[in-house]
Amino acid sequence: MRTMKLRAAAATVLLTALSGTLAACGDAGSEGEGVDVQAEEVEDGKFEDGSRMAELAEAGKITIGVKYDQPGLGFKSATDDIPTGFDVEIAKLLVADLGIDPSDTSAVTYEETISDNREPYLEAGRVDLVLASYSITDDRRKVVGQTGPYFITGQQILVGADSDVESIDDLVGETVCSVSGSTSLQNAEDAGAVGAPADTYSQCAEDVLNGTVEAMTTDGSILLGLAAQNEGELKVVGPEFSEERIGVGYSQDYPEMCEWINGVLTEAYEDGSWAEAFEATLGGGDVETPEPPALDECPAA
Amino acid sequence: MNVVLDNAGDIALAFIYTLSLFVVAGVLSLIFGALLAAARVGPVAVLRKAAAVYVTLIRNTPLLIVIIFFRFAGPKIGLTFSFVDIRVADIRLNNLYAACAVGLIVYTSSFVCEALRSGINAVPLGQAEAARAIGLPFGGVMSQVIMPQAMRHALPPLASVQIALLKNTTVCGALGVFEAFARMRGLTNDFASARTEIFLAFALIFVVLVEVLSFVAYRLERRWRIA
Repeated sequence: MRTMKLRAAAATVLLTALSGTLAACGDAGSEGEGVDVQAEEVEDGKFEDGSRMAELAEAGKITIGVKYDQPGLGFKSATDDIPTGFDVEIAKLLVADLGIDPSDTSAVTYEETISDNREPYLEAGRVDLVLASYSITDDRRKVVGQTGPYFITGQQILVGADSDVESIDDLVGETVCSVSGSTSLQNAEDAGAVGAPADTYSQCAEDVLNGTVEAMTTDGSILLGLAAQNEGELKVVGPEFSEERIGVGYSQDYPEMCEWINGVLTEAYEDGSWAEAFEATLGGGDVETPEPPALDECPAA
Repeated sequence: MNVVLDNAGDIALAFIYTLSLFVVAGVLSLIFGALLAAARVGPVAVLRKAAAVYVTLIRNTPLLIVIIFFRFAGPKIGLTFSFVDIRVADIRLNNLYAACAVGLIVYTSSFVCEALRSGINAVPLGQAEAARAIGLPFGGVMSQVIMPQAMRHALPPLASVQIALLKNTTVCGALGVFEAFARMRGLTNDFASARTEIFLAFALIFVVLVEVLSFVAYRLERRWRIA
């Protein structure tokens, strides 16, 4: 019996160690463990009675829509419990403000939202918040609430290490890969390149590596992650040729959430937890931490 | 419908890609599939076996895997289609397009082969024996006697195979060709408030295209019918 127990314990240790190394394999290089965010105490009257925040804090459960496939922003490897990335770090701050422990997976569900289902999930109430590299656009604001931005990013180009492409202007008439349906692909086409839609960013990177396409394009932060995964073979070039304002999505049924989100973000800007989140995910090394972007006004309720 | 009309140019271009994939893969898969069918019923044992293996292998493999093979495994072993670079106005047929088209041809040929074989099997054996008896070689038996009759029987399943091909082209939308499916995803992402219209518009266009195809097949069936 005793040996059995010992063996089981040894197996557990081995498994834990193994999952640790496996998780490390999935890391995009620049990615760290993330910041340990503690739940805040919620005093009575912090949230107005009947508001969505009060309901969530009361229930102690929340569902957040994040990306699973974007290193640096929202990325979950097969062995992670909680996704990692800047979006997730900001989500943790919001969750903690509700008095919910962000690392408790029984209280917080990080649901994967792909680009196409972010609005439907919010509208159907399947997720409470969306932080999934969610660009703020006027058209999206017709169907869901969006506030922020908590991050501003621009589109750059990823090419082979020996390529002499310097900007998007060098790619007129050339094939440029990006994820099918993304704004990045549209922007590349508008700039005169021939768009090659792909299913995932890694698929595009593969195409650039084997020379099937000239270049790929999307947010600079994602490209840096991919370049880090293939060091010496890929490089990020060019000035940013578009501006994406990444914000938080919430349901239009609960307009009161906007002020709350902006409040939490402002606090994070001021007490340095925003910068800390940035350094733990997208930043670090020789990447300079930018100034936090100015927040949009909430629409009058 | 505003979003759809505003982007009518882009949508039309996307369907030109879809249709060009369909025409290229359709014609070549018919030719290649007919050769395969001939090999499968022919007198040469090696060809018969080879064609049978081809059909077994390809027909039992999902289309996505076949195309991914040409898109990602191909370049790794030096199989690129970089010599393909055709530009007609806004249409650009590049190496990605070629890889996807080849994948579609390879896949669809196995179905064309089997549809034709079912047609050949429907021709009474006596026809082939009679044709042999008057001294026709294998090629002559096939092209003069068997195939014309077999085509009649094979037309309905062939039409189904080609209709499936038209819809299968959407797989290329995730693998580098800016055809209808890729364009639809772009539009649904850009115009979140008009998703239902966009979906319906694309579905409708596909229904119309398939309907046209079915109509042509039906007319051919009527024309070739034995009185």
